[in-house]
Amino acid sequence: MTARVIEARQINKVFNPAREEQVIALQDIELAVSAGEFVSLIGPSGCGKSTLLRLIADLIEPSSGELQVNDKSPHQARLDRDYGMVFQAATLLEWRSVRKNIELPLEIHGVGKQERREKAQAALELVELGNFGDHWPWQLSGGMQQRVAIARALVFQPSLLLMDEPFGALDEFTRERMNMELLRIWRETDTTILFVTHSIPEAIFLSSRVVIMTPRPGRITSIVDIDLPRPRSFETRALPRFHALVAEVREVLRDAHVLE
Amino acid sequence: MKRGSLRARVHRLAPTLLVAIVFLGAWELGVHLLGIREFILPPPSSILAEFSDELNIFLGASGESILFSAARATLWSAVGGYVIGCGAGILTALVTSRWTIISEATMPFAIAANSIPIIAFAPIMNNWFGITNPASKMAIVAIIVFFPAMINTVRGLTLVDPGQLELMESWAASPARILRTLRIPNALPFIFSALRVASSLSVIGAVVSEFFGGPRATLGVYITQEASGFNFASAWSAILMASLIGITFYVVVLLLERWLMPWHHSRSE
Repeated sequence: MTARVIEARQINKVFNPAREEQVIALQDIELAVSAGEFVSLIGPSGCGKSTLLRLIADLIEPSSGELQVNDKSPHQARLDRDYGMVFQAATLLEWRSVRKNIELPLEIHGVGKQERREKAQAALELVELGNFGDHWPWQLSGGMQQRVAIARALVFQPSLLLMDEPFGALDEFTRERMNMELLRIWRETDTTILFVTHSIPEAIFLSSRVVIMTPRPGRITSIVDIDLPRPRSFETRALPRFHALVAEVREVLRDAHVLE
Repeated sequence: MKRGSLRARVHRLAPTLLVAIVFLGAWELGVHLLGIREFILPPPSSILAEFSDELNIFLGASGESILFSAARATLWSAVGGYVIGCGAGILTALVTSRWTIISEATMPFAIAANSIPIIAFAPIMNNWFGITNPASKMAIVAIIVFFPAMINTVRGLTLVDPGQLELMESWAASPARILRTLRIPNALPFIFSALRVASSLSVIGAVVSEFFGGPRATLGVYITQEASGFNFASAWSAILMASLIGITFYVVVLLLERWLMPWHHSRSE
């Protein structure tokens, strides 16, 4: 039996409760993610997908409901460094070299110098930037910076990787290459990935499951299993099944809109 | 240094040098051709002659150059006040930014105080510390540079990328850790821009506060006395000296900035 990495039951999140500008960001969220899965959260702006990610990361707290990460409270999981996080912007510290940026989470955790070096180098090699450790962040392209951010998130070898539209700011070509890279990293590291995006093809190409969310109030409308063969490659996007899945997800989103 | 880069530097500097030469040439010629009297505007040649006379006295053993003693005294007031004022400003910012409420409450006052002409307090400081005591000039300089240093530091400490803060939180970093690793380095460019502005302000503050009285051997007093004694070339040579001090001070701070923030400097090249 595979372990549960994320378990969310009856999660609600209300911003500005009992005020006029009250917003129900999430309503009755039920989600279970098992170890080794690649799950995407998809939906239009305001559907609460980033909010859900931040709840799991313990950066905000749910208004009600039960949430567990690795069978612990999200707070404990954060203290135990159970997850790594990647945002749309690489958010590298410009005054630190690439290597020092990757070492930062280890440094904060009090890991010794020698071990920091080794782990950072291993993470750099994982994202195929082994020779770029001594560069300044601004000397790298957008795609390379995002790889550094992924290396930094993985340097603790966390069991869970939380990604909030990590390739949203990249051009289409870089984005597709990064998708392949991410699948390779996922295979090599046994990490569970929760991936927020608003690109339907990207979600389908990457995931084992796609969670479709709709706004006002933010909730999960449906969950689609992606039965495309693995390993996935550039040819995957040409498969009739791929297009059928894209159409299916689009249909769900359109229906949800019509119901409003 | 590579030949290419030296050549590039010369190319970059050439227009500036040309402007300087044309300006000084026009000044010299204009004074002679228009017959402008010395007490209105002496030509650059007589200012330079006066300056190099003082320089010779200073370098030689024969007597003491008042201009250079004055320069030393003014420099001391400017640098002393600068260090005290900037140091206090940065420290205050570090302390108040620890408690957002305090820094938010004090910032409007700091910004308002920054637009007060502090120099108007010079006679008061003369009363407090004594007219010939350099502390009265240092106090003015310190107050003038305190506010820009404090305001910029607070801005730099608080204007942090929210994503970087979230990451720090996700790593369960302590507030002290966030201050050291994120907020202070983030504030450095802000602090240095204040330090550069303050370097010029401190020389202005020192000279102008000396206009309100002080020992004979200070640039402000020297300028007022020479001008009222119709020694215009020597008054102008003291102005030249004050300018040189101001420019040198600025360049020193700039070099310090480049040395302490290599990432910032190399990025802008």
